[in-house]
Amino acid sequence: MKGARATMPDHRIYLLAGAALFVIGFYSLLVQAHLLRRIMALNVMGSGVFLVFIALGALTPGAFPDPVPNAMVLTGIVVSVCATGLGLALADRLQTDADKVELEDGPETSRNTTDTKEESGG
Amino acid sequence: MILRMSLGFLSLVLLAALSWAVLSLPEKPAGLTAEALSKLPESGVTNPVTAVLLNYRGYDTLLEVGVLLLAIVGVWSLRRGDLPLGDLRDRPLLMSLLRVLLPVLVLAAGYLLWIGAFAPGGAFQGGALLGGALVLVLLGGLARSFIHRHRLLRLGLVLGVLVFAGVCAVTKGLTDGLLEYPAGSGGAWILVIESAAMISIGLTLGLLYFGGRPDPGQKELDEGSPRHHA
Amino acid sequence: MTSSWAIALLILAPLAAAALAFAFPKRGCRMALASAVIVTAALVVLARGVLAGGAQLHRVGGWGAPLGIDLRADGLAVLMLGITVLIASAVALYSRHFFSLEHDGEAPHRARYFWPLFLFLWAALNALFLSADIFNLYVTLELLGFAAVTLVALAGRREALNAAMRYLFVSLSASLFYLLGVALVYGQCATVDLTALGAKAQPGPALWVALTLMTGGLAAKAALFPLHFWLPPAHANAPAPVSALLSALVVKGSFYILLRLWFEAFPALLTPAVAQAFGALGAAAILWGSINALFQPRLKLLVAYSTVAQLGYLFLLFPLAGARDDGFLAWSGGLIFLGAHACAKTAMFLTAGNILHAAGHDRIRDLDGITHVLPISAFAFGLAGLSLVGLPPSGGFAGKWLLLSACLAQGQWWWVIVMLFGSLLAAAYVMRVLNHAFTHVPDPATPNPIPPVMEWTALVLAVLAVGLGLVAAWPVEVLRLGAPAILGGAGP
Repeated sequence: MKGARATMPDHRIYLLAGAALFVIGFYSLLVQAHLLRRIMALNVMGSGVFLVFIALGALTPGAFPDPVPNAMVLTGIVVSVCATGLGLALADRLQTDADKVELEDGPETSRNTTDTKEESGG
Repeated sequence: MILRMSLGFLSLVLLAALSWAVLSLPEKPAGLTAEALSKLPESGVTNPVTAVLLNYRGYDTLLEVGVLLLAIVGVWSLRRGDLPLGDLRDRPLLMSLLRVLLPVLVLAAGYLLWIGAFAPGGAFQGGALLGGALVLVLLGGLARSFIHRHRLLRLGLVLGVLVFAGVCAVTKGLTDGLLEYPAGSGGAWILVIESAAMISIGLTLGLLYFGGRPDPGQKELDEGSPRHHA
Repeated sequence: MTSSWAIALLILAPLAAAALAFAFPKRGCRMALASAVIVTAALVVLARGVLAGGAQLHRVGGWGAPLGIDLRADGLAVLMLGITVLIASAVALYSRHFFSLEHDGEAPHRARYFWPLFLFLWAALNALFLSADIFNLYVTLELLGFAAVTLVALAGRREALNAAMRYLFVSLSASLFYLLGVALVYGQCATVDLTALGAKAQPGPALWVALTLMTGGLAAKAALFPLHFWLPPAHANAPAPVSALLSALVVKGSFYILLRLWFEAFPALLTPAVAQAFGALGAAAILWGSINALFQPRLKLLVAYSTVAQLGYLFLLFPLAGARDDGFLAWSGGLIFLGAHACAKTAMFLTAGNILHAAGHDRIRDLDGITHVLPISAFAFGLAGLSLVGLPPSGGFAGKWLLLSACLAQGQWWWVIVMLFGSLLAAAYVMRVLNHAFTHVPDPATPNPIPPVMEWTALVLAVLAVGLGLVAAWPVEVLRLGAPAILGGAGP
């Protein structure tokens, strides 16, 4: 499987690398508590998926790589940047307002039995 | 730590499953290269990726530009931007560097936009450079008044989506096909979309870095506040 | 307006309106209402076109699959679009007043950002229901997820921010699972079009793993047990109109994609084992959600857990419709149930919003006598509860009746027991609220006033939920158009 001969490396190694990145990212997302690390974990997961797409494009026979997965990855990268931006803004809001850099568990049970008129949004 | 170990074990199982799946894909996947390349002359550009992005699967790109706008709207709804704007007036070396870099960046962005029809490049790549330029401008404190011109910023941000949607509607009127460019004019329409998109993308990326809604300028404060918005 | 113009406007109108609502914040509400009018008109045209000529197909760019993206409107898509128009319009009318009720410093800010986010949500839903391309569906899912998360965070309280952050993590990771599945599908079949996949996809390891990944992601977004943990805090802490949109529409979007994947793109992989597994998770959701709803101190949390439970009924559609003989019975039952739930749940959340504003809190224990204060809202809640429990003639009853008929027709009696328990538990938690609401209180506290529109939108939706059962035959006929072939006995 590993491309030992010179002419054409076995691009399938990149498929496996993509899968590995995806799993590493997912494990970190589950296990890490700090919000920033979780956002980074999501980025790693995304990179894994994109790598799989690109490798699929490279594996197609012929001189040109398949442009469709490349375009899909472009779209994916943009979406990923947007997600990161949104995640960071939300994480910062949490840090400012709630003084926390981790998710709180069971938020529905603890407080908020004393909704007052001033509390916004229902 | 039992939780960590079981999650680790599950992750390994996931990796094994993915590897098995990935290795059982056809060794030479068929892909869509042939179709994409054969239809390239009709698409109006010669770069296959741009053709996919702005022509064959242009509808995906429309939604993607929408996602970009949504992200900046979301970030503005969440936070006030509080990036400390630098002050380069007493740092002449950096100031001279910026004076050289900024025009080069803008020029390079325009070049990428143009060349995207024929070679790797396009609106997103050019927009990324413009975004970087805007970040430099913000960090250097050169945009103090610009950053407060809410109305201008908002118009720049929505330009991409509105132009793209407009082109969709116009092409629908011309050819009765959504985003179906009339024969031979594909390249021109793509350039129109990409130019508007590049401006919006650059602004969006730079403002995402700024981190939130800027304070409104004095003019808008005078116009707007006491009324409720409903 | 032709059908293909209708399809275009359904997506372009809310998208452009969202951009304009952001650019001109003072006119946000007007943009929303204008968009609602255009979308409604477009849907009417599209529905006429589908009823007359069957499923409508639009090849974007003129290319067609596999190179281009196809937009397809069949009976199911029209039904989902119709539910969306109904709920979104009602929520828009409600929100117009909702956001002007609050008088804290942040209120104008919330109102200003609600409209563009709301319109993005609507655009995403329309694009989702019309898409026949699994990569395009990924982009619509992300559009939908971001809009939903930011709308939840709009409430501003720390619980809402926390819930929004959790929701964002779940949404993003789920989307990436889905996207990895799309990559594997593309690698195997060289196409991402639903119809083309239905024709050429053969079971194999890559597709099995791909479908598992995609299902995992979509199930998390649809809050299927046990991936439902994010839903109660998010739906409970969001502003009331947002909670309605989330429970009624957003979670249904992922469910819709699951239906398309399993029944149209990869029907060969829908083995009885898989179908029963879906059913088992649905049953667990019904029981877990209902039991939790019974013990919630807050009204909005009760309603949110009720959503988890009701979504479980939807997943019973898989073992019943996937059994392949006369599966259309369960198909239509599940989808009628979906529509009724959307109306009923929206009515409940809007009512909860009214109560929260009038009374200043939503503790169920302290809601005694709320009927004196908000008679219309209490009545709306009661009617919505009727549909949730499944009493005739409501849409909930019609949906459950069809599902039960399918159970009995196929001998899968175990789901009957689950549904029976589910209905009993639903009755219990609805009665819990009504018990307090209809308690006679000697001198009720003076409430904060509520604009009548807010109460009436809730009531209209509740009446629709109840009345849906009476007109259920018509949506069933619409659903026949373009229904998946494996359901057997379905029309072209």
